[in-house]
This record gives sequence, structure tokens and C-alpha cells, in this order.
Amino acid sequence: MSEKGISFRIAKDIIFKGLIILFSVLSGIPLIIILYFIVKNGISSINWEFIINLPKPVGEIGGGIANAIIGTLILIGISSILAIPMGIGTGIYLSENKRGKLPYIVRLCVEVLQGIPSIVIGIIAYAWIVIPMKSPSALSGGIALGIMMLPVIIRSTEETLKLIPNSLREASLALGVPYSRTIMKVIVPAGLSGIITGILLSVARITGETAPLLFTAFGGNFMNLNIFKPIASLPLVIFNYATSPYTEWISLAWGASFVLAVLILSLNLIAKLVARKWKVQF
Amino acid sequence: MLKTNLRQETRKLNVTESVFRKILYLTGICIVVLIFAIFLTLLISSFPALKTFGLRFFYGSKWDPVSGEFGSVPFLVGTLITSFLALLISIPFSLAISIFLGEYFREGIASSLLKSSIELLAGIPSVIYGFCGIFILVPLVRAIEMKLGITPIGVGILTSSIVLSIMIIPYSASLGREVIQLVPSELKEAAYSLGATRYEVIRKVILPYARSGIFAGILLSLGRALGETMAVTMVIGNKNAIPKDIFSPANTMASVIANEFMEASPGSLHLSSLVTIGLLLFVVTTVIGIIGKYIIKKMSVEL
Amino acid sequence: MESTVLKIEDFCAYFGDHRVLNNVNLSITRNKVTAVMGPSGCGKTTLIRCVNRMHELTPGAITSGKMLLLGEDIYATNPIIVRRKIGMVFQRPNPFPTMSIYDNVIAGYKLNGIKMAKSELDEIVEESLKKSALWNEVKDVLHRKGTFLSGGQQQRLCLARALAMKPEIILLDEPTSALDPKSTSHIEELITELENDVTIVIVTHNTAQAARISDFTAFMYLGDLIEYGLTEKMFTVPEDKRTEEYLTGKFG
Repeated sequence: MSEKGISFRIAKDIIFKGLIILFSVLSGIPLIIILYFIVKNGISSINWEFIINLPKPVGEIGGGIANAIIGTLILIGISSILAIPMGIGTGIYLSENKRGKLPYIVRLCVEVLQGIPSIVIGIIAYAWIVIPMKSPSALSGGIALGIMMLPVIIRSTEETLKLIPNSLREASLALGVPYSRTIMKVIVPAGLSGIITGILLSVARITGETAPLLFTAFGGNFMNLNIFKPIASLPLVIFNYATSPYTEWISLAWGASFVLAVLILSLNLIAKLVARKWKVQF
Repeated sequence: MLKTNLRQETRKLNVTESVFRKILYLTGICIVVLIFAIFLTLLISSFPALKTFGLRFFYGSKWDPVSGEFGSVPFLVGTLITSFLALLISIPFSLAISIFLGEYFREGIASSLLKSSIELLAGIPSVIYGFCGIFILVPLVRAIEMKLGITPIGVGILTSSIVLSIMIIPYSASLGREVIQLVPSELKEAAYSLGATRYEVIRKVILPYARSGIFAGILLSLGRALGETMAVTMVIGNKNAIPKDIFSPANTMASVIANEFMEASPGSLHLSSLVTIGLLLFVVTTVIGIIGKYIIKKMSVEL
Repeated sequence: MESTVLKIEDFCAYFGDHRVLNNVNLSITRNKVTAVMGPSGCGKTTLIRCVNRMHELTPGAITSGKMLLLGEDIYATNPIIVRRKIGMVFQRPNPFPTMSIYDNVIAGYKLNGIKMAKSELDEIVEESLKKSALWNEVKDVLHRKGTFLSGGQQQRLCLARALAMKPEIILLDEPTSALDPKSTSHIEELITELENDVTIVIVTHNTAQAARISDFTAFMYLGDLIEYGLTEKMFTVPEDKRTEEYLTGKFG
């Protein structure tokens, strides 16, 4: 083998590694840019009035996003109430029935559900709730978001419970504890940290969702606590104000983006902490 | 010895147990029912449009709510071009990240940093991507268009493809990293012991072995790109016509629904046509998702 | 007068079509330690898992024959009730990781929702932990979770948990095979002391252990009960050739 051949191959090796590093680093640049702009433009909009005021009409300064913050929280509440019991229940069902025809079909359906574009879920919630109610509402938005939370909760519950060793179940059954109590009082508590992590991650996912809310929760400029009426939310505010031509509204949108980003980041961080600190040792 | 009223307690136990099992069974059934209900709802609401236009819906290129003529080709084209362009742009980056994290830097500060930034990228909501797209990318594209002598609108296929590509990088990168990490070290060591360079091992041993997993990751990204709504809606220009080039404004299946759904009157042909597009989205993303999972399953069996 | 607490009549057990216990007939004497020994695969673990009806939890597991606990057919009763009367300690210690030591001992009551006064529960906890020789080591840390305990201590905790239910029989499935020699001898001492309170059936692959602590021994091979009798007798003058071969180490 010639000297020239080897040094050429070595050169290729070094160039390749360089390219890999380059492209990997480049992929981090959009993140830095986005975070920079959110922080720079967002922080300047944030003040106490911003948090507790309602949006003002165009031309007036000092509007806020109080209704959007409350709206987001209400939507999270509704979707969680719907998705958490259902999600955990299905997760338990799947972890307890590893084989069989129905579990297979259910798993398939969960995967399909996870892949459905969020705007299609919005159409569904529109058809099921908005049309019969003849009005957009927080309820329909919450249901759309709840449907989107389901696959994440089901998956993480199933995965967590599958990891729990069988010896725990046997210990409980051998004491004469019925199956239902063994599951609910021994197995599920042992897997609680994983289940809660899944819930937090699913909430983080839907907090930023806009598409399903476009025709369900619909948004609004007023404070609304009635779940049968339209309701504002942070992502909707960002969408509506970012595409508007008014500079006051655009800075509101930056502020809302900042709040939203902080909210989602915190949820993800708390999820990580829960996973690490509350993990049960076997 | 525990004193128990045997018969009573036995009966109570049996009832509780069977109720518990039935409830679990029911939760499973509910999910299946949910999927079917979603599909049926889309199908039923699409019926008016499908009945009126038949297959014409899928090759007609005129979408005009005023005249009542609805053909979906502009959106099919818009979706396909933006998604594939986004894939094309993102693949080198996600592949690089997969190799970076799966082969060169499996642990350490660089690895944690990159992993965290990928996670963050995946966590940023679509609407914020769109917002940043409007204020950062659009002026950039506008400047390029001015240099090239084209109408400087800034929004269009190119802009949305770029935003989309950034958004889908995390999906193929994560999956790619996993499969690259799983390549058995015996194979790699065999190649090294024959005098191969790292690049050669990656190119001739690792990548071929991880090929189907990487492909599944790309499919996953494609599925996400097809259904992505908000960011695309905000920078694609909202024009219901087949785009002429990558600087043209257009609409995708998802963005036309986002833009026009609230304007369409309930029960109208317009609304039904939009739902039909939603049905199409549902079917396409489901099929791609299933193919991707099937490939992953086959891979894990082989491993 | 020695009495029979458990009578096993013509008992067979299957995993699907595969028969693992062939017509076992055995009487367990009250307040004695009975060892069940034999080479791997002889069915000894399956046998005791049939006594507390854990065998049937495996999909496809079937049984036939009778097991009479103080005259009542175990297989005609609700298995949950059977398991409350028969305790089990497993090969690997398995205390409940989310519960404190205190709650672990009374887990059988707590999980079953049986309401008792705190003073009664305190008494049970102390009594059970004393019987399993763990009281002195944990009496000040009862409210900590049990996972910091050593393997031997965890196993004694599981023993206390089983004892707290005041069962008729305690089944021990190779309870010391995962423990070091010191913990093993601790547990063996316990077993000999406990037989005054409760009947003990212990599965072991260690013939020396069987010789040390049991009053009666059953030798099983390939699903059959080959020989059963007083330990002293079986180990000195076994009746069946296969027993003798097993005891002298020719197989197993």
C-alpha cells in the first residue's frame, strides 16, 4: 500500500469528522437564535401589567395577556381531567395484557393516535363539540388537547409498569391481596414517578399546541372562566398577534412567547427531576 | 387466624375483581372506538365533497370558494414540495447529529450539550417557530429575492421548507442515534483490525447496518412534516395555487385548513372539502407511521 | 399428638400439556418443619406454589387432585382466602419498595383494607419482627423504607410480613439461596425456633440444610414423590435407591 494512499484515507477521515462536527454544531444555531430573540424581545415586554392586564384595543398601550395565561391553565386543566384517568387506565391495561388480540389492536390505535396531525384533531373536536354546542368553547379545546395527551400518557404508563419486577406482584398476591388491589396499591405506586413524568411531558406537549384550538377554543380578548364559551390561550395569542400589523400586539406576542417558552421548559425540567428523584429502587 | 365471613367476602371479592378487570378492558376498547370514531367522522363529513367531485377532487387544481370549485392539487403539491424539500435540507444535519452522538461522542459534555439542544428544539412549539420564521427568516429570504431580482415577498415554499427542516431534525436525529449506537462493537472491531479508518468503518459498516433504522427515522420526520401546521401557515404565503417555483407563495394541506376553516360556513361544500383534505392527511400520516414502525420492528427482530 | 395440617391427595399439576407433578400424596404434620428437596426440575417449587395457589397464576397452568387444609379443600375455596391462611417467602427478598418497614410487616392487612386499631397493629409488628429476629435491628427505624436493609435482613422482613398474617403454614421457597452463609445460618436458626408457632414447609436444593433443620423430608424427582419420612431416618437409611443416590451426590 502506497504512502500516498494511506495519507489520502487519513485525510478523508479527518475531513469527515470535521464535517460531522460542523453540521452538528450548525444545527444548534437555530436554537440559539430562537432563544436569543425570545429572550431579547420577550423580556422587554414583561412587566407586572403584562401579566395581569387584558389586551387593549389597537392603539392603546399597556395591554396584557392575563386572559391568555388563565385560558391556557384552564385548557390544561380540562384536558388533564379527561386524559389522565383514561390514559393511566389504558396504560395499566396494556402492561397487564402483554399478549393477545385486543392489546395488539389497542397498541396500534395508540400509535395511530400519536401520529394524527393536530389540526385534524381540531376538526374532530369541532365536529363533536363545537357543532352540537353551536359555539366554540374551552371545553372543545380541552377535549382536543386531551385526545392529544392520551398517547403520551398511555405509552409512558405502559413502559413504566412493564419495568416493575414480577416479584413485587407475587409478594402481594401471596399475601392474599386481590388482583385489583395488587395493581392499584402496589404496582402503580411503585411506578408513580414514571407515570407522573409521562403526564408532565404530555402537558408540556399540549401547552404549546395551537392548531387544535383554532376552531375550538377560538381565542378572545376578554377574561373568560366559563368553559362553555370561547377562551384565549398563549399559543393563540402568539398566532393572532404575530400575524397582525400592529407593533404593540407584536411585542405582546414576544412576551407571550417568552412566557410560553418558560412554561414549557419548566414542565420538561420538572419531569426530568421527578424521573430522577422519585425513582423507586428495586 | 383471620376471622372472615367466608361466603360474603368471597362474593364481594369476586364482584370487585371482575369489575376491575372489566374497567381495564373498557379503557382499551375506548381507544379503539376513538380511532374508529375519528375516521368515521372525517369520512362522513367529507361525503358531500366526495360525492360532488369524486376523483376530480384529487386532480383538480382550482380551489375557489366563491365559485364552489374545489380541487386539492395545489395543496398536495404544496405539501409534497415543502415536506420533501425540508427532508432534503434536514437529512445531512440529522445524519451528522446521529453519527456525532452515536459514534464519536457518546458521552461527555459535548454529547450532553447536543442532546439537550436537540430536546429543546423538539420542545419549541410550532407557533413560536412560525413567529421567529416571520421575523428572522422572512426578511432574509426577502433580501435574497431582491438580490435575485424576484418579487421580494419573503414568504413561500422556500421559507416554510427551511423552518420545517429545522423542526423535523430532532426526530430523525434521535432515532438515527439509537440505531447507530446499537451496531455491535464486534463488527466495528473486525473492520478496525483490518486497518480501516474511522470514516471507512462508519461508511462501510455502521451506516449499512443501521440503514433501515435511519430510514425509519426519516419516515418519522416525513410524517411530522406532512402534518405540521402552524409554522408553515405563518410563512407560506396563503395562496391557493400550484407554486411555480420555490419562491412562490402556496398552501399545504394543513395550512389551507388552518386558514379557511373558520371562514367556511357549517354544512357548506367548502367545509366538507376542507374536511376531505383533513381525511387525506389522516390517511397519509397513518400509513407512513405504520410503515415506519414496521421497519423498526423488523430491525429490532434482526438485532 | 401430632396432627396433619395439610393433606395432599393424588395431586397433579400441568403447564399446558406438560405434566410436572405426578399424583403426589403427602401429609404435612402440624408444627413441624418439612423439607422438600430434589434436583432442579423435580417439581418441588411447583408443589409449594400449588399449596398457596400461585401456580395457577401462570397462563396455561392446570391442577387436578385435592389439597385439604385442616379438612377444607384449598381448590374449592377462593384462592385469595387460601393465600391469607398460607404465607410464602420467596427465593429473592421482595419487600415492598414504596412502604416503610412498619407498613411492610402489616402489608397483608393494609393492602386488604382490614381496619385495625393502631395499638393492635403495633403489637403485630413488634411480635412478627421479634419472631423473625429483626426487631432489635430495626425498632428505631420502623418508618424508613426497607430498601436499605441487607439481603438477609430483607428476607427476615419478608418472613415477618408472612408471620404477621398468623398463617397455618409458611412456605419457604429456597429462602437462603440468594444469601451469604452468615445470613443463611441466621434464618435456619429462626426456622427451628418458629416451628412451635407455625407449620413450615421449606423447599431447598441444599441437602445439608434439609438435614440440619427439618423434622420430615420429602424427596422428589421428575415430578414424582419418591420418598417421604422422618429426616433422621431418610438421611441414614433411605428406602429408595434414588434417594440414596441423590443424598450421596450421584446426581442433582
